[in-house]
Amino acid sequence: MIPVENVPPAGDGGFWNDTGKTGITAWIFSTDHKRIGLLYFYSVLTFFLIAVVLGVLLRIELMAPGRTIMGPQTYNAVFTVHGVVMVFLFIIPGFQGSFGNLVMPIQIGARDVAFPRLNLFSWWLYIAGAAVIITSLFTGGGPPDTGWTFYVPFSERTGTNVSLAVFGVFIVGFSSIVTGLNFVTTIHRLRAEGMTWGRLPLFVWSLYATAWVQILATPILGITLALIIAERFLGTGLFDPARGGDPLMYQHLFWIYSHPAVYIMILPGMGVISEIIPAFARKPIFGYKMIAFSSLAIAAAGSLVWGHHMFTSGMSDTAILVFSFLTFVVAIPSAIKVFNWVSTLYRGSISLEAPMLFALAFILLFSIGGLTGLILGAAATDIHVHDTQFVVGHFHYVIFGGAVFAFFGAMHYWLPKFYGRRYAEKPAVVAWVLMFVGFNITYFTMMVLGMKGMPRRYYDYLPEFAPLNLVSTIGSWILVSGLILMLVNLFRGLFKGEPIDRNPWGAATLEWTIPTPPPTENFEEEPVVTHGPYDFKGAGIP
Amino acid sequence: MSEQQHIVSYGKLTAIWLGLLALTALTVWVARHNVGIGHVWGSLAIAVVKGGLVIAFFMHMKYEGRLLRWLLFFALSVLAIFIGFTFFDVLYR
Repeated sequence: MIPVENVPPAGDGGFWNDTGKTGITAWIFSTDHKRIGLLYFYSVLTFFLIAVVLGVLLRIELMAPGRTIMGPQTYNAVFTVHGVVMVFLFIIPGFQGSFGNLVMPIQIGARDVAFPRLNLFSWWLYIAGAAVIITSLFTGGGPPDTGWTFYVPFSERTGTNVSLAVFGVFIVGFSSIVTGLNFVTTIHRLRAEGMTWGRLPLFVWSLYATAWVQILATPILGITLALIIAERFLGTGLFDPARGGDPLMYQHLFWIYSHPAVYIMILPGMGVISEIIPAFARKPIFGYKMIAFSSLAIAAAGSLVWGHHMFTSGMSDTAILVFSFLTFVVAIPSAIKVFNWVSTLYRGSISLEAPMLFALAFILLFSIGGLTGLILGAAATDIHVHDTQFVVGHFHYVIFGGAVFAFFGAMHYWLPKFYGRRYAEKPAVVAWVLMFVGFNITYFTMMVLGMKGMPRRYYDYLPEFAPLNLVSTIGSWILVSGLILMLVNLFRGLFKGEPIDRNPWGAATLEWTIPTPPPTENFEEEPVVTHGPYDFKGAGIP
Repeated sequence: MSEQQHIVSYGKLTAIWLGLLALTALTVWVARHNVGIGHVWGSLAIAVVKGGLVIAFFMHMKYEGRLLRWLLFFALSVLAIFIGFTFFDVLYR
């Protein structure tokens, strides 16, 4: 491997120049994992920003009791589309598609993924599914108003365009399965010489665990959504008690996928944190094996807890007992990760740059999200807060405070590598402070509102909830102002910022040993791995 | 994984197809008659046999190597666990 000290200056175009195609075709028909990664990145970021706008509109509507800016039907549609876009078009494909594609093959010492064409096909499937979902908003009976869960019997009976929307999600699901298959095969078959399972970067371990969940759970979502379409067009009665059906069966089927999907969202984020913390604490990660194992344990145990979404749905007491117990079991591997990250920080030489700040925020916010999850996982307390704003706050702590903050951390950590330039540090820190403060004001307030009894998905509320709703809405403005500053600073830096060398953070994984930006084939000669991913001494990093 | 192509005769494929049709008829019969708990277990058993035939012959798993068989077994085991766990609800409701 090339010694880190003798880095050439950044500026040769790497994979940006070497295409053989011109214009947009150099991107949308490219089979280079880095180009597909960037295609995914900009696609998911676009949908994220659209959903953020919808989320802000929801908060403005809830700023005061009664009508503020939209009517109740529009409100129902907006929270449905906010959820569908955030879940299915941003955060589920987000990590795997963008940073998984950009970084994983390089981290294992490969030239590309195992099936490059299938990789491109997965992006096309994603775009096709997204196009169908967007079409569903403007055709038929208008945007779906069921919530992102498409619960029966309402989803069977509503006149809005549910069928087309679930068909779009069905297609996006195929994209997810294809990416999962590709990543499992790549990690098994394309590791460089010396890249043993015990030397895999923890981001790769997290992608591997996630890929298995994608492969095994997503087909169940596909069939569930197909059954909604069958119900709407054929009246099969599968979920209709009057015809021998069972509406609870829909909830089982939906959550068999959709709870593991939460781990599709969060596991790669945990992988990102496991990369950032040792790099910015200048210390090998504490408990490598246990962090790797806990990714698999979360994927396995997390696939068996779906019933905790249904404690108040009329499910049997036996099932409530079993699913409640298993929900508490998932807390164990999650806690293993948190304790190991904190132990890594202990006596580290900590550098508080933007990626590290996002990682630290992740640990705190994810811990709050996880612990409030136990309140929902215990049947007795769940009955009090089920379907309240408490659930909305909890969910956003895990997914926004956890997965999305990790995504922002990954943007600051890895994007400079692929652009050859970096953002300005001070505005990045200010943006982080604004987002951290705004986030907590927005979502902690929601949890308090839920504890006081304000239901979720309601257009209007009692006057006693007004002050806290106003606070939450003001928090959302602070959050969004931080987000805008972060994006402007990051992208300005990527295109016009200070050039960087090949290893600006002093990290020890393979992607930092190749030129910046990476060449098309990643490695000039096949690397031979002789040390672990966080062995700074072995990598020759002071 | 074997790269060799395995040709299955039309006669064999037709016989399996007819078998699948017969099992479909049996599924319909079970659905229309009150056979108690056998209603669910019988239907599931028929579905398993039908799925097994499709996987073994139409999807060529019978002629594949051990790795793919194990992967299929793993996936089916996960599916069985998913279905089994729903019975914590259905059987005790």
